[in-house]
Amino acid sequence: MSRKVYKLFALFATLSLILAACGGEASPTPEVEDSAPDVTEVMETEVVETEVMETEAVSEATPVAETGSGTTAQTTPEAGEAGGVVQPAGYGTITQRVIDRGQLVCGSRTDLAGFGFLDENGQNAGFDVDFCRAVAAAVLGDPNAVEFAIVSTDERGPALQSAEVDIMARNMTWTSTREAQWGTFTWITFYDGQGFMVPTDLGVSSIEDLNGATVCVTSGTTTELNLADAFRQRNLEFTPVVFADTATVYGSYQEGRCDAVTSDLSQLAALRSGFPNPDEHQILDIAISKEPLTPAVPAGDEQWADIVRIVIFGVINAEELGITQDNVQEMVNSDNIEIRRLLGSEGTWGQEDLGLPADVMVNVISAVGNYGEIYDRYMGAEGVSFTLDRGLNALWTEGGLMYAPPLR
Amino acid sequence: MDPPKFSAVQEVRIGKESPLWRDERIISIALQTVSAVVIIGVLVWVVTNIVNAAEQRGLGLGFNFMDSAAGFSISESVIPFSPSDSFARALLVGVLNTLRVSLVGIVFATILGFIVGIAQLSTNWLVSRIALAFVELHRNIPLLVLLFLWYRGIFTRLPSVRASIQWPGPVFINQRGLYLTWPIFTDTGWIFITLALVGIVAAALAWILLRRIREVSGRTTNFVGVSLGIFVLGLVLGWVFSGGRPFDTSIPELQGFNFQGGIHLTPEFAALLIGLTTYTAAFIAEVVRGGIQAIQRGQLEAAAALGLRESHILNLVVIPQAMRIIIPPLISQYLNLVKNSSLAVFLGFPELFSIGKTVINQAGRAIPVFILIMAVYLIISLVTSLLLNIYNRRVQFVER
Amino acid sequence: MTTATSEDIRPPEPPGLIAWLRKNLFSNWYNSILTVIVGVLVVWAVYAGIRWVFFGADWSPVTSRPLLYMVGQYPVGQIWRIGLSLALVSFLFGVSWGVWGGMMRAFSLSLAFILVLLALLPTESAQYTMEIRVFMVSAALLIFLGYSIGKQSWISSRITLLIWLLSLIVILVLLRGFGGVLSVIPTNIWGGLLLTMVLAIGGIVLSFPIGVLLALGRRSKLPVISFFSSAFIEIVRGVPLIGILFMSSIIFPLFLPAEVRIDRLVRALMGITLFSAAYMAENVRGGLQAIPLGQFDAARAIGLNNYYTTVLIVLPQALRKVIPSIVGQFIALFKDTTLAAGVGLLELLSVGQSILQANPNFFSLQMEVYIFIAAVFWVFSYSLSFASRRVEAALGVGKR
Repeated sequence: MSRKVYKLFALFATLSLILAACGGEASPTPEVEDSAPDVTEVMETEVVETEVMETEAVSEATPVAETGSGTTAQTTPEAGEAGGVVQPAGYGTITQRVIDRGQLVCGSRTDLAGFGFLDENGQNAGFDVDFCRAVAAAVLGDPNAVEFAIVSTDERGPALQSAEVDIMARNMTWTSTREAQWGTFTWITFYDGQGFMVPTDLGVSSIEDLNGATVCVTSGTTTELNLADAFRQRNLEFTPVVFADTATVYGSYQEGRCDAVTSDLSQLAALRSGFPNPDEHQILDIAISKEPLTPAVPAGDEQWADIVRIVIFGVINAEELGITQDNVQEMVNSDNIEIRRLLGSEGTWGQEDLGLPADVMVNVISAVGNYGEIYDRYMGAEGVSFTLDRGLNALWTEGGLMYAPPLR
Repeated sequence: MDPPKFSAVQEVRIGKESPLWRDERIISIALQTVSAVVIIGVLVWVVTNIVNAAEQRGLGLGFNFMDSAAGFSISESVIPFSPSDSFARALLVGVLNTLRVSLVGIVFATILGFIVGIAQLSTNWLVSRIALAFVELHRNIPLLVLLFLWYRGIFTRLPSVRASIQWPGPVFINQRGLYLTWPIFTDTGWIFITLALVGIVAAALAWILLRRIREVSGRTTNFVGVSLGIFVLGLVLGWVFSGGRPFDTSIPELQGFNFQGGIHLTPEFAALLIGLTTYTAAFIAEVVRGGIQAIQRGQLEAAAALGLRESHILNLVVIPQAMRIIIPPLISQYLNLVKNSSLAVFLGFPELFSIGKTVINQAGRAIPVFILIMAVYLIISLVTSLLLNIYNRRVQFVER
Repeated sequence: MTTATSEDIRPPEPPGLIAWLRKNLFSNWYNSILTVIVGVLVVWAVYAGIRWVFFGADWSPVTSRPLLYMVGQYPVGQIWRIGLSLALVSFLFGVSWGVWGGMMRAFSLSLAFILVLLALLPTESAQYTMEIRVFMVSAALLIFLGYSIGKQSWISSRITLLIWLLSLIVILVLLRGFGGVLSVIPTNIWGGLLLTMVLAIGGIVLSFPIGVLLALGRRSKLPVISFFSSAFIEIVRGVPLIGILFMSSIIFPLFLPAEVRIDRLVRALMGITLFSAAYMAENVRGGLQAIPLGQFDAARAIGLNNYYTTVLIVLPQALRKVIPSIVGQFIALFKDTTLAAGVGLLELLSVGQSILQANPNFFSLQMEVYIFIAAVFWVFSYSLSFASRRVEAALGVGKR
């Protein structure tokens, strides 16, 4: 009698439990089979325990100072009313989810120097990572309350569509198709273009010189499409060599499998800095496309998208106004009206409508600094990763394109 | 006197039925209906969930994107493809590449597998041990590791284009692949091909016909010689009628960045082919060995007693019987090879799965493309299994 | 009257090396030539290989981060948990050896051998401390302790099986941690051999009950159940594993409500379980088919209905017969876990690749890393298949 019967009964019971639990949207904790790990909603912050590597002297580039006044966001207005306006369904759902969870799920990468990588302590760091930390500081009051979900190139779309991540900061290009299909893009954090890298001794200086060349490229990206268009437009021939992940692409290029590699100029610079012989490679001075790199959020929650946007506006405006990570505490009492308004000492710019505390920007800037500081930390003259001229990413007052709507 | 009554004999009661809930027919019908309802219900529920979620999230489920321009180029393809061709054509290129690598792989794997399998049974100790080592080596490492070993460890370490290894032919070998001199058809080439084909067909017919005559009547007909003669005649006539120049050779030459001309085998294709071939050959060798060893010793001894040579024993006694045992697992190894070709996605060879992933990324339609890809693999598998079942039924012994 | 056999008439063979050489290597002229050619090639290859391994190759990508290969990014401070699990597993292997002998003996001895090898691993990494090495040796000793306990008469098969199942659950809970007492280590930082083992063992254990149900369903007399079971099995077996992994990791989450996030390891495990269940079903079906029809008749004769026949008579016999092929399936699954690299899991092969990519100095050392990984897989697979084959030979299980 015994074992077989119990085994079969247990199986039927488990199967029916699973079937029952999989129904509808409102089941927060589905019961997966008992020998598999449970879905956790609340993850301890020990996620980023630093015991992985030998801890050397903490690098100067630690942006994550503890926040000043740790007031967290209040619970958001229900879908239905916010600021007296009737909001569509879905409004505030992601925000609420983040607050309830106590952690922000940030879709990122760990393999791109400067934008998303692991520092010596095994902690996630990078330009995009800092924006995630900024949003966490704004909404949860703690820039370390982030869970990093490493997303591969093919998973970017599905991860946003299924709302598996709350924010995707992964040097993604904002395109109309992606806006339509993947989710809501917030505000451009990095103006980039697509370029080529070739070995210096090939003596190539323009695209026409690359006629007949073999070019390495990552599959499933806008890079691949732009490459095909650029060569077709100019009636040039090329042979593509495509791989699914970035590392293989650059590895093959270094081995000589292809004559040139193409990607966003920032990515080319980032990867070249990791080559054993960076001087033997040159990045051509051409850009064949516009690549506005933008953090994105899942579609359907206007409030969440607005929150992320104002965080980005905040850091850009902070640089314009001269607020830095070091002086933000004094600036709270500054003479400049705009600075006081930005930091919440006087007036309002909609913090309450979004359910954020008045001094949310103080939290953000003490956590990550202003736009310039974020940029310089990784890609500035003393940047941790490499040096890249700000170019188009300079403030609009300095000839670049960094222009954020005012916070008022 | 009355016949004695045996108390052990019970009255046979005809027509008395067991209660309704214990009646086997009723239970069987009830169980079937219930399970049918449950399973179909679950399927319907899953499908409606999928459709609803897709609508809610804006994931397209239709196939109308297939006509839009793909926008990306493909590094190697059997049919011409440019970025302005449709997604549908891109997927077709993928299917053709899969078939290309699978068919070539199957042919080579079979040859190699049979050689290794028979070698394992050789009386030469060294040869049989080498064959055994080959089989054990390839059966116990993952195919993906083997592919990377070939691709990263060997093919990408070949010299650069400018320093290619050159063999007579000319044949060039470098890290971008193998470049072979290849014949290309001139205008008259098709005459040659037609006549050659006619020659082959005629020779085959002659072979069969003459062999049949020999079997039936016992007369000596030089069926081998006559067939070969017809075949050569076909070739010669073809040559003559195509003006003596049916082919031009295309020679690879270094122009600019790469070699142009000739035929080009990329390192991705080569690594995939060699990896798949050796890996599958190891399994085929085991199948062949098992099949041959399963032939009863009595057969071998009887054949030896008749005075047949070893090669005749192999060809006339062992292999025909072993085939019945070998063919089903052999076919399943072929199917494994076709399915394993999807690992090309790790190597960058544009076969169906990797082009599918690219299409999913570029068109944004994960579900329809995914279903399409799986359907293609499934159709290949099911058709092959069906044919195999038919063959099996005709050939198997019936168990009594 | 006894007939003279060939053995009586033939003169006895002279013993010794020369005779053996003559018979096995140089029996006739073509064998001799073959031996010479192959022999030269083998000697050259072995010599070049050994020279490369010990002198030419730079093994630093392997020896500098041994812990990364073994456990991925699991925090070094929490490695005691893995150590505890390993100790538990070793102990249980020893107990199983005591209880069952046979295959378990081979597994336990291989495990002891592997542990000793690991203890002696030549590495410069400071993380691979003396404590870890000492621990490996003590785990090996635990095996023998378990053996002596397992030989006690009061340990029965049933208890051992139960303890195995419980300990698998305990290990999983321990490795993951739970809120409060043990810090939670999220599964996205598990990696290396640990992850490979979790996927393979989890896959087999979870797919076993599903596979048995499917096999029974396929053989059912009720056409509906039989149809759906067969359909499921054929569909899953007809598509490549990478497709199923892709489906469970990327397509499946699209249909879950937004609050539900199933972690990546669980998704991959679901895909692997599904895939493995279909093959398990075929294996079990083979075992079911091997049961003589007389068993069913006898069961009927003593009045057992379908359910009891299956549970009491058929399954115990069938499952015992299919244990060797289940071991074979486990080996295949173990190798197939390398495909999990395609869905973002950092198992052994991707650890190797990420080490190669992270350090530009390791650029040309690809061969070393891949050969190392191949060797690891080979050692595990070969010891498992060797043990399984010895048991098969002992049972006299012939090939069909």
